[in-house]
Amino acid sequence: MRARGPLLVASGFLLVAVLLGVSIGPVAISPQAVLSTLLSHLGLVHSKVSSVDQAIVWDIRLPRVVLGCIVGAMLAAGGAAYQGVFRNPLADPYLLGVAAGAGLGATLVIVAGHDASALLPVAAFVGAVGAVALTYLLGVSGDVRDSTRSIVLAGVAVAALLTAVQTYLQQQHTPQIAQVYNWLLGSLSLAAWSDVGRVLPYVVLSAVVLLAHRRVLDVLRVGEDEARSLGIHPARTRALVVGAATLGTAAAVSVSGLIGFVGIIVPHTVRLAARSSYRVVLPVSMVAGAAFLVLADLLARTVEAPAEVPIGVITALIGAPFFLFVLRARRTERGAP
Amino acid sequence: MTDAAVAFEHLTVRYGATVAVDDATGQVAPGEWVGLVGANGAGKTTLLRSLAHLEPHQGTVRIGGRTLSGLTHRQRARRVAYVPQKPELPPDMTVGEYTLLGRTPHLGYFAVESPGDRRLCAGLLARLDLTAMADRRLATLSGGELQRVVLARALAQEAPILLLDEPTSALDLGRRVEVLELVDELRRERDLTVVSALHDLTLAADFTDRLLLMSGGVLVADGRPREVLREPVLAEHLGAPVRVLETADGSLVVVSPARRRHGAAPSTARAELHGSSAAESVTSHG
Repeated sequence: MRARGPLLVASGFLLVAVLLGVSIGPVAISPQAVLSTLLSHLGLVHSKVSSVDQAIVWDIRLPRVVLGCIVGAMLAAGGAAYQGVFRNPLADPYLLGVAAGAGLGATLVIVAGHDASALLPVAAFVGAVGAVALTYLLGVSGDVRDSTRSIVLAGVAVAALLTAVQTYLQQQHTPQIAQVYNWLLGSLSLAAWSDVGRVLPYVVLSAVVLLAHRRVLDVLRVGEDEARSLGIHPARTRALVVGAATLGTAAAVSVSGLIGFVGIIVPHTVRLAARSSYRVVLPVSMVAGAAFLVLADLLARTVEAPAEVPIGVITALIGAPFFLFVLRARRTERGAP
Repeated sequence: MTDAAVAFEHLTVRYGATVAVDDATGQVAPGEWVGLVGANGAGKTTLLRSLAHLEPHQGTVRIGGRTLSGLTHRQRARRVAYVPQKPELPPDMTVGEYTLLGRTPHLGYFAVESPGDRRLCAGLLARLDLTAMADRRLATLSGGELQRVVLARALAQEAPILLLDEPTSALDLGRRVEVLELVDELRRERDLTVVSALHDLTLAADFTDRLLLMSGGVLVADGRPREVLREPVLAEHLGAPVRVLETADGSLVVVSPARRRHGAAPSTARAELHGSSAAESVTSHG
């Protein structure tokens, strides 16, 4: 039940990821110089590192790394929370239409010719939240006896509908197709401190609400009926968790684009490697998700430098084999074939 | 009557056009163990789930004089503990963690267990001989052990009323008797009121104070086991002929007679007589 051990391991992983993420790039900067820059910006020491290197660290790489941490933590925590309230191991934060809604919002702005404007994240955010709201409205009014299932099915339908509209728009505007694709596959290349500032409040609020549910999510593991007989209101809990996770995820994808796979593999890796109690899964997934996305972004910008590989490609490319490895190792350890 | 632990009036549960429980009225006195018996599909589980407020129903259910529908989930969970026939047992959860879930109705929504909650659960695990298994994962336990763990979680709710749906269905005969004896001891120790669906009529006769016989959603008989378990009544409502026999020490044994195939004597019965109540001679109890 104690999350301390796994949390320490994940924190070490995050520290290494952040240091690598800030040090590695077209200009190599030593970890000492990175630390010195950070400390001087926090007003603790006076750094002897050149102002160019300081600018690279503080104004270019660090916002990107920090944004990667925020997005990775949010997607992983959102995935864990969705898996908890829907009691479905395949649930991810995009289950109820966040990705389709954000994609449609972003596409609308791009085909209207405002691709680099501040309007894009706003449209993506509104699209994401709107899609989940629509899903909920349709799902809750469906099957009363099994509202979980009707909400998930409504999510599938809403996602299909919005994706169809998005695809149609995209095909009607072939000149902008590359931009749309770039956004859909996710990237942190335009990250700035202003993005961090814009996203952080939503993600912090979301993370606080989700972490506060860690025990309730464990109660839900025994099923809705038993949770109810233990005094929990499963539908209310689900609405609260989905609301919080949606707000945070929508904010995250509005600046990063649709980075897939993090919300599935990070929580499951934590479950397999550590414990499946949400008291462990939620906090450890946040830290491990942050580290994972920083490393994925590092690869995304270095493997084909100076070109960038979409980060969503990297998360799946390294995430899937790693996850299969963990799954395999765990099975062997338990003596299963 | 307000001094009943559980009272239900005109309780009706419908699934579409099907009536699962039809206008059932009854009550359970504090400290009493009432068994719900009847054929499969007679409505035992549905009635039990209605008493736990897990089934939308018409009519009223009162717990200690208070109407069930007027209580919040939490208030209800402090009064009624419910154990389904097949509890959901997350394989990776430990015995200790699972037991602590029982404290949920006593905790704030965002709160976690206090040392006091942990002490209470440790005490329960000790009482149920589970202390050595506290850190074991549920997937590694046997059926009898799991049943004790589920009881520990239910008792951790500290609810005066315990609803058990077929608590012994997954167990072999020896474990069934053990579990029911444990329930009996616990209810005496803790002044619990127990309502349980039981499919084994012999065990029901042995352990309960009173039986409610259900048939097609209707409560057709209500009385001491000896009054309810009569051959004509059972033949009418169980849809199969049964024999009710009495052992030398006065226990009832309910058996379904083997159909005569090879000219065997009609009195031949498939009896599973357990432990000390096994009898040398059995007499029919019509």
